[in-house]
Amino acid sequence: MAQSLPKRSMMKEWHIIGFTIFLFLVFAVILSAQATGVGQEFSADQFIDLWTKMASPDWSYIPAVITPLLQTIQMAIVGTLIGCVAAIPVALVSASNIVRNSFVRGIVRFIMNLVRSIPEMLLAALFVAVVGIGALSGVLALSVFSFGMMFKLLYEAIETVDEGPIEAMRAAGGNRNQVIIFAVIPQVLNQYLSFFLYTLEINVRASAVLGYLGAGGIGLYLNTTLEMFRYDRTSVVILAILVVVVLVDALSNKLREALS
Amino acid sequence: MMVKKRSFYEQSRPYLIAFIVLVIVIWAFSGIQFSGIKASAGQILGSIFSGLFHPDWSYVYSGHGEDLVSALIETLAIAFLGTIISSFIAVPFAFWAARTSKKFSSRSTFGKFLLTVIRVFPELVLAIMFIKAVGPGAFAGVLAMGVHSIGMMGKLFSEAIENIDRGPEEAIISAGGNRFDALSWATLPTVLPEFINFTLYRFEIAVRSASILGIVGAGGVGAPLIFALSTRSWSRVGIILIGIVVMVTAIDWLSGTIRKQLLK
Repeated sequence: MAQSLPKRSMMKEWHIIGFTIFLFLVFAVILSAQATGVGQEFSADQFIDLWTKMASPDWSYIPAVITPLLQTIQMAIVGTLIGCVAAIPVALVSASNIVRNSFVRGIVRFIMNLVRSIPEMLLAALFVAVVGIGALSGVLALSVFSFGMMFKLLYEAIETVDEGPIEAMRAAGGNRNQVIIFAVIPQVLNQYLSFFLYTLEINVRASAVLGYLGAGGIGLYLNTTLEMFRYDRTSVVILAILVVVVLVDALSNKLREALS
Repeated sequence: MMVKKRSFYEQSRPYLIAFIVLVIVIWAFSGIQFSGIKASAGQILGSIFSGLFHPDWSYVYSGHGEDLVSALIETLAIAFLGTIISSFIAVPFAFWAARTSKKFSSRSTFGKFLLTVIRVFPELVLAIMFIKAVGPGAFAGVLAMGVHSIGMMGKLFSEAIENIDRGPEEAIISAGGNRFDALSWATLPTVLPEFINFTLYRFEIAVRSASILGIVGAGGVGAPLIFALSTRSWSRVGIILIGIVVMVTAIDWLSGTIRKQLLK
């Protein structure tokens, strides 16, 4: 007896859903290409000129770059530190196994999601307008940015800890502070340090361009060298950023491996 | 019972680490001047907040292209095009950089290094370079976004390729299929959901970065924001910030929902 194969429905036979998504994507590509004016003339000689100038870096510029480069790292460390420390209490308040009141949690998470949705360069632009040009506005921007990022990583980590120790502490009559200190912190400490290093990596990258808006660090030199058409110096600045980012990434990767 | 005595180094290690961390922190704080706050800082902060609560609603839509909605649409278009372009270009880079055997492979090391170099180039710098080539406007932003995303997506994609189960591929090869068959019937179907997942994730980030490209003149909502900040029209700053927050939140939610469906 010949068994008949299961029949696919009309929708599946002709891949209606996939085809619709494909058409939608093509349509979106065409629309956004129109919106952004793709297909403008690409003046290759200007572009090649830029790259040839950048290909012969002005090495004598290195000493001038070192101080702002160190300031960039300092900004990243201070910003990450402030933001990540500030995130601890807020993350605890919005973790469902610490605070039972879902209304409080909801409000905190909502506000933090709004904070998290502002890109760090916009924060820098705002802080430059508020506190003035200088490294402090960069630090503040990075603090707020890492605050939002660390908050999310940390409260998710707190929510996934082993409930056993928490229950044991509660059963033995521990209050909320004791639960946090003896049951939660030992479980999330390593993760917290690893998130800290990850945030630091991202902040080092971000702080390298913050100076473009006047928020301190090496980004300012990016701006001035580009404006003076000294592309040979721009490439020194970019190479310096590259070296720092690669070094910080490698170091933080090593440390994070050691933590886990 | 003899307890093995810990060496001096082992005993002092925690203190040593604490000391090093302390030194780094002090050094970092020493480089930042906390005193240089402008006298008008509090007042400006107040005006920004009052701008947030009394936004300039008339700027939302005016009908002739110089409004918030068209700026946000341009931002989305930059992010979308940049991500779509680089999601295709990143695939060969990812196969190049993926380390598929335990041994050291110079091919994969070089590929990974190349992706790092692409990734480290700040988007703003790329945007400035492309502005030299195509002139200011959203097209420069698309090109910058496209190139920068290759680095990040290439890395994520290559990790996805490294993590897949290689069984199906081997089965196809041993059944007489060639390498192209293995690629199209085993490798690609396995990694495709991951690729789409990472592309959506990258799109979320791209929307955020596209909203700052305007700072250098590469299109999007950044330019009107900087303009409003420098002319101190706080109610306009308020409405633009609200627009960006709403857009980013909506995109995050949408992409998060799709990604949850995908990975189910």
